[in-house]
Amino acid sequence: MNYIGEHLLPGQIGHFLLVLSLVASLVASLAYFFSANAKQPADADSWKRIARISFLVDAFSVFAIFGLIYYIISNHYFEYSYAWTHSDKSLLPKYLLSSIWEGQEGSFLLWAFWHAVLGMVLMRTSKKWEAPVMAVISFAQLCLATMILGVYVFDLKIGNNPFILIRESGIMSPENAPAFYNNGVLRSDYLQAIYSRGGQGLNQLLQNYWMVIHPPVLFLGFASTIVPFSYAIAGLWKKDYGGWSKQLLPWALFSGAIFGLGIMMGAKWAYESLNFEGYWAWDPVENASLVPWLVMVAGLHTHVIFNSTGYSLRTTYLFYILSFLLVLYSTYLTRSGDLQDTSVHAFVTSGMNWQLRIFVFVFLLPSLILFIARYKKIPHIAKEENSWSREFWMFIGSLVLFLSSLAIIIPTSFPLINKIFGTNLVIGEDQEFAYNRVQIFVAIIIGILTAIGQYLKYKNTVKSTFFKKIGWPTIIALAISLSVSLFGNIDYNKYGIGYLVAIHLAIFASLYAMAANSSYIWIGLNGKLKAAGASVAHFGFTMFLLGALISSSKKEVLSINTINPLNFGPDQKQKGEENLTMFQGVQIDMGKFWATYVKDSSTEGGKNMYFHIQMQRKDGKENFLLTPDLIKNSKGQEGYSANPDAKHYLLKDIFSYISYADKMAEGEDTAQYRNSTMQIKDTTFYSSGYIVLDTVLLNPPNRRIKFTSEDTAVMATLRVVSLNGGKSVTMQPYLLVQDNQIKHVPDTLIAQGLALRLSRILSEEKSFEIGVKESSRMTPFVALKVLEFPFINLVWLGVLFMITGFVMSIVRRAKLAKS
Amino acid sequence: MKKTHIVILVCIAASIMVLLSFMGDLSTYETLASARQKEGKTVTVIAQLDKSYPKPIEYDPLKNPNLTQFYVVDSLGNKAMVRYYFEKPMDMEKSDRIVLKGKMKNDVFEITDKAGILIKCPSKYKDDPKAASNNLSQN
Repeated sequence: MNYIGEHLLPGQIGHFLLVLSLVASLVASLAYFFSANAKQPADADSWKRIARISFLVDAFSVFAIFGLIYYIISNHYFEYSYAWTHSDKSLLPKYLLSSIWEGQEGSFLLWAFWHAVLGMVLMRTSKKWEAPVMAVISFAQLCLATMILGVYVFDLKIGNNPFILIRESGIMSPENAPAFYNNGVLRSDYLQAIYSRGGQGLNQLLQNYWMVIHPPVLFLGFASTIVPFSYAIAGLWKKDYGGWSKQLLPWALFSGAIFGLGIMMGAKWAYESLNFEGYWAWDPVENASLVPWLVMVAGLHTHVIFNSTGYSLRTTYLFYILSFLLVLYSTYLTRSGDLQDTSVHAFVTSGMNWQLRIFVFVFLLPSLILFIARYKKIPHIAKEENSWSREFWMFIGSLVLFLSSLAIIIPTSFPLINKIFGTNLVIGEDQEFAYNRVQIFVAIIIGILTAIGQYLKYKNTVKSTFFKKIGWPTIIALAISLSVSLFGNIDYNKYGIGYLVAIHLAIFASLYAMAANSSYIWIGLNGKLKAAGASVAHFGFTMFLLGALISSSKKEVLSINTINPLNFGPDQKQKGEENLTMFQGVQIDMGKFWATYVKDSSTEGGKNMYFHIQMQRKDGKENFLLTPDLIKNSKGQEGYSANPDAKHYLLKDIFSYISYADKMAEGEDTAQYRNSTMQIKDTTFYSSGYIVLDTVLLNPPNRRIKFTSEDTAVMATLRVVSLNGGKSVTMQPYLLVQDNQIKHVPDTLIAQGLALRLSRILSEEKSFEIGVKESSRMTPFVALKVLEFPFINLVWLGVLFMITGFVMSIVRRAKLAKS
Repeated sequence: MKKTHIVILVCIAASIMVLLSFMGDLSTYETLASARQKEGKTVTVIAQLDKSYPKPIEYDPLKNPNLTQFYVVDSLGNKAMVRYYFEKPMDMEKSDRIVLKGKMKNDVFEITDKAGILIKCPSKYKDDPKAASNNLSQN
């Protein structure tokens, strides 16, 4: 059967490419495997040639699949389920890419895309390591290819095919869409109706520029962890345990940099477009990507130790292997649906759990078995590190990072642990504090170790020089942090004095690390910026810590509700006071500010409703507008999502979001029009006065509303007289006949909550039906929250410094690897 | 004693401390009935809106923007009123499941942490077949 208007070619090419990428990656992994194991150099070379071509074919297929999906989405070919489910015609071109990674198939594809890119770079640069390293990467490509294959083997579905047509996908089953069927057969013109309606659209929260860039960067981060993993496997496999050290170091640094950047871009997105009042909430999905990064950074440090001293090679192996395995594990956690009850934004299951589990185990078992089997053979130095050496304290730091990652991943895995062991574990209501109270001590230790680490020398340090050099930074940091502690009003007492002390200690530790690392560039390196990558990265990381500590502990609610507080007794002051209700045009007291809800505006089609909140400093020094908005839910859902707005200063942000607006409930107004039949000069009553019908005009010249000469407009003029005093007010409702349809244009008197409507013209009796409605809904209002985040810019700036430091190190280490 | 041993010992001690501190923050999954028996203790309950009420959610920002009261029923059919001292979560009406973290107090389930409520909508990250079919049948 042929269906009208379908574009089947891109899908057919796509299907072919999916299979091609599967086969090519299979051939590549096998050929690289044989090449790595070949005894004769000639054999190795010929296998390698086959492997390279296959890998390039695979890379080409992946790029082409990506291009095809983009082509389908950007041309709005809604016959494809992927385009229909994840996009619509109104989508701005810049968000078309986000549509690709809204679905699970697209994000797997993104991952494969980066593996392909990384693989092609490694092909050129990894020299003798190419065969074993690329064997592992090709194998990962094979696994990813099965994820988007969408083939049934007997009754088992392998992967989800992104090129499936909407009529094949089950969405358009006869039960779901009976209108498309004629006697149980799909109508050949079904597509017409689908095209005219367009697709389901992209989730409104993902229509944000950060969502265009955060997923690709994060997935490059995920993908990059395979490089250290593959080198580790290659080292164990070829029994050349430390030979990759110089070559791999820039790669590990790259992974740390890009992975960290990707995570923090997600944090920035959350801060800008979600209403959980911050950038990090210890949500399982966030944790699942943080943990492999922490382990990668730990591995990076032990790798540096090994590179300089020969210590810590075994731990480096462990950390690099674990980092990649944790990426796989986090893929399982976030996509299996197991986190449904603990995470705000985990995917629900896609019915591929068995496949995701295999994906984890097919890497976990061989790599750990190989690691354990070869563990004793990995060279290590029997003599212990000197306590006055850099390697010793760096190793301690890495160990702390690793323990910290365990303290995050174990509670995150509770749902899974419960499932396996039948336990009943769950974090209590204050999830953030449960993590923070542990991680704050990690911050203190890491801060101090980062401060002193670089002043220690490898092997042994002369104590007197150490104290002489670190003296000034210590004094400076003590002075700054003491003044912050004494005059900074950091008195976060929600969790008692112990936690407050820990916060102050952590602030000292991060300031210490910032002072020590910045001065090390001159004291230790004599201003040689080329070698200062580590100092800059550490400076940035601890600046981030400082920003996180201050912006969270000094976060302040400005919209404290003193108007309608609930009285819960003196011990429960915090309860129920963070939102304020504001009526349009009424100025309200908000701490340092006078706030007024001035007006609202909406974009075309009502997709966004912006609320204009005028903030005026009480001392008159400043006057600005906050425009938080509500975004209409997409995907055929009713309701809205809050989208915050912030006013950015150098040293703080004023952050606000709408908790409720009466505009959300439009149409739910239960007040009805009460109709009364009136002749000219008749009077009717309303709750606070009376209304006189003065005149009724046909096509009046002064037009409050727009209509054309083809329309007919009838305007009634009514006089409203309130008995509570005050002048009479004139109201002019319209009755409009436009395109043979009758439209009512009521007139409202907001101050009295009164609406009048010209309901009907009774020409025979020469009278009119006037509708009177009274409702409290007349005055628009919003409930909103306004917060102040001090020093939040330190968080973002710290990340930028950290990435800069990483890049400096990558450049330097890449040069050293070549020489 | 070797340094490695000291390091290991310190690590074990730290891990035990972390474990203990987490124990303090742990709660358990309960039904509404067992939550009633553990009055005053923080528990986690999975429930859904009690649709037998004409208006299962009461939120009137004109009276108080910081109080959401709603009625829930758990999988065993136990019912309770919940008091949440924050704004009504946006998608609450269409939730098919709500994870509540709080304390039972005088037969009312009280939630005093903003993150103590997790709304699960059929749509959030998956394509709701119902919404899809609505969209299709509107043609």
